[in-house]
Amino acid sequence: MSEEDDIILSELNDDELVEQMFDDLYDGMKEEIEEGVNILLDRGWAPYDVLTKALVGGMTIVGNDFRDGILFVPEVLLAAQAMKSGMAILKPLLAETGAPRMGKMVIGTVKGDIHDIGKNLVAMMMEGAGFEVVDLGINNDVDKYLGALETEQPDILGMSALLTTTMPYMKTVIDTLAAKGLRDDYIVLVGGAPLNEEFGKAIGADAYCRDAAVAVETAKSFIARKHNQMSA
Amino acid sequence: MTDALTKLLQTRDWLMADGATGTNLFNMGLSSGDAPEMWNEEHPDRIKKLYKFAVDAGSDIFLTNSFGGNSARLKLHGAQNRARELSRISAELGREVADASGRTVVVAGSVGPTGEIFAPMGPLTHAAAVEIFHEQAEGLKEGGADVLWLETISAPEEYKAAAEAFALAGMPWCGTMSFDTAGRTMMGITSAAMVDMVEKLPNPPIGFGANCGVGASDLLRTVLGFAAHGTERPIIAKGNAGIPKYHDGHIHYDGTPELMAEYAVMARDAGATIIGGCCGTMPEHLSAMREALETRERGPRPTLDEIAAKLGGFSSASDGTGDDDGAPARRTSRRRRG
Repeated sequence: MSEEDDIILSELNDDELVEQMFDDLYDGMKEEIEEGVNILLDRGWAPYDVLTKALVGGMTIVGNDFRDGILFVPEVLLAAQAMKSGMAILKPLLAETGAPRMGKMVIGTVKGDIHDIGKNLVAMMMEGAGFEVVDLGINNDVDKYLGALETEQPDILGMSALLTTTMPYMKTVIDTLAAKGLRDDYIVLVGGAPLNEEFGKAIGADAYCRDAAVAVETAKSFIARKHNQMSA
Repeated sequence: MTDALTKLLQTRDWLMADGATGTNLFNMGLSSGDAPEMWNEEHPDRIKKLYKFAVDAGSDIFLTNSFGGNSARLKLHGAQNRARELSRISAELGREVADASGRTVVVAGSVGPTGEIFAPMGPLTHAAAVEIFHEQAEGLKEGGADVLWLETISAPEEYKAAAEAFALAGMPWCGTMSFDTAGRTMMGITSAAMVDMVEKLPNPPIGFGANCGVGASDLLRTVLGFAAHGTERPIIAKGNAGIPKYHDGHIHYDGTPELMAEYAVMARDAGATIIGGCCGTMPEHLSAMREALETRERGPRPTLDEIAAKLGGFSSASDGTGDDDGAPARRTSRRRRG
């Protein structure tokens, strides 16, 4: 769109700037997102508002279009990278200001599976939605999951598998949690190309998430339910 | 010298490929988490049995047990320096089984994805990918593979890198992608875009097509997409035997042999020349497919409605091809800074 004039972000009012940041996130424009975050902070925005109104708002649009088959993995990866660079500015400020937290997730691909594209997408989109994410990487056995649950004390455990040969390992992890009486302490979400809802139910997960956008929506609704239960 | 696959294609107007590798090995005792390629060395008898399943069921082509046999994938098992050797053995075992079959059976050296994302989004450079694929290609060539067989690819960059590597090894090849996301590959490639990419390669494959993905119906929609885009190159259809279900600690695919026989005939009617299965396709499925391909007449190209009626519905309303595909449009940025 070279025929259009360059936009000077600092000349936009707050509403226009947030709208523009939605576009820039959608287009994966990292430097523009960093600039936008800094401008909003300079204008006195609370770091938490920058996160939720500008970044999370923009990533929600990306997530919806990914869910609807309009955007695909390369575009989402670019958007997530832009989001991450904005988050890097906000993270220390959020900690200082004691902003409320969305929730925490421990995520990893199960033993024997090195596929991490889907898992990385989920991690990025969860961060994009404001969750704290501890990524255990690939090839995790039961002990690694249990160790991380103990040290990190997350709300959510996410497991991913891409191969038919590794899918059953998710049940091993869930069964072990149940045997130790820990199963109900966590929301367990599973995902991966060969999986489906029926499989998720059969192995005792709380939900199967078809893609990263669904994972975010599912996580939000389970966290909301958990909060409701606590206040009830 | 003309390769065995091209020769077979000159004498027949359809060929049957093989079925599942992982699902079969799992049934033979492969543990969740182990590298199937290690069995080339540890259990050559079981790998030969796997190949024989396909040959005995009437496959004209079978793929070697080397899908994850590239250094990027073997790294997980601390075997990153064994890619060439394990790939070579997989092809040697295949050669043995094919040569003992008493007919022409093509040994296709399977090459799967690296599992890594290409730069700039990920760490994998084009040069590194070519090197990884070239190493495996040389191993498969040494072991006596007739052709190389790239499968389950999502990224066009990866498909092109493999093509370049196969040229370096001087090997004829075939290559399929996995269309598992709203009728496209995970990276957003449509069936039509794949045809365009394949025809532009300096060393195009003998055949190209789709494997794995969601289910038999989606795979046939992709085959129709290839054909509609106008290609003279043989189309490959290797679909899963239905959808995975979980039973007593094992994964079971819900597609019956009868369904896969129907799928095979419809794949041929849709324009595929090389027809096989993928995950969940067991010897009994292959036998039923072979019988159907041999005994049933060719029919007109099936419509999407006919496919859905016989094999089940599609995973998405559109597959991203056609002028009016009904897919929602991408958000357009109103402004962009120069």
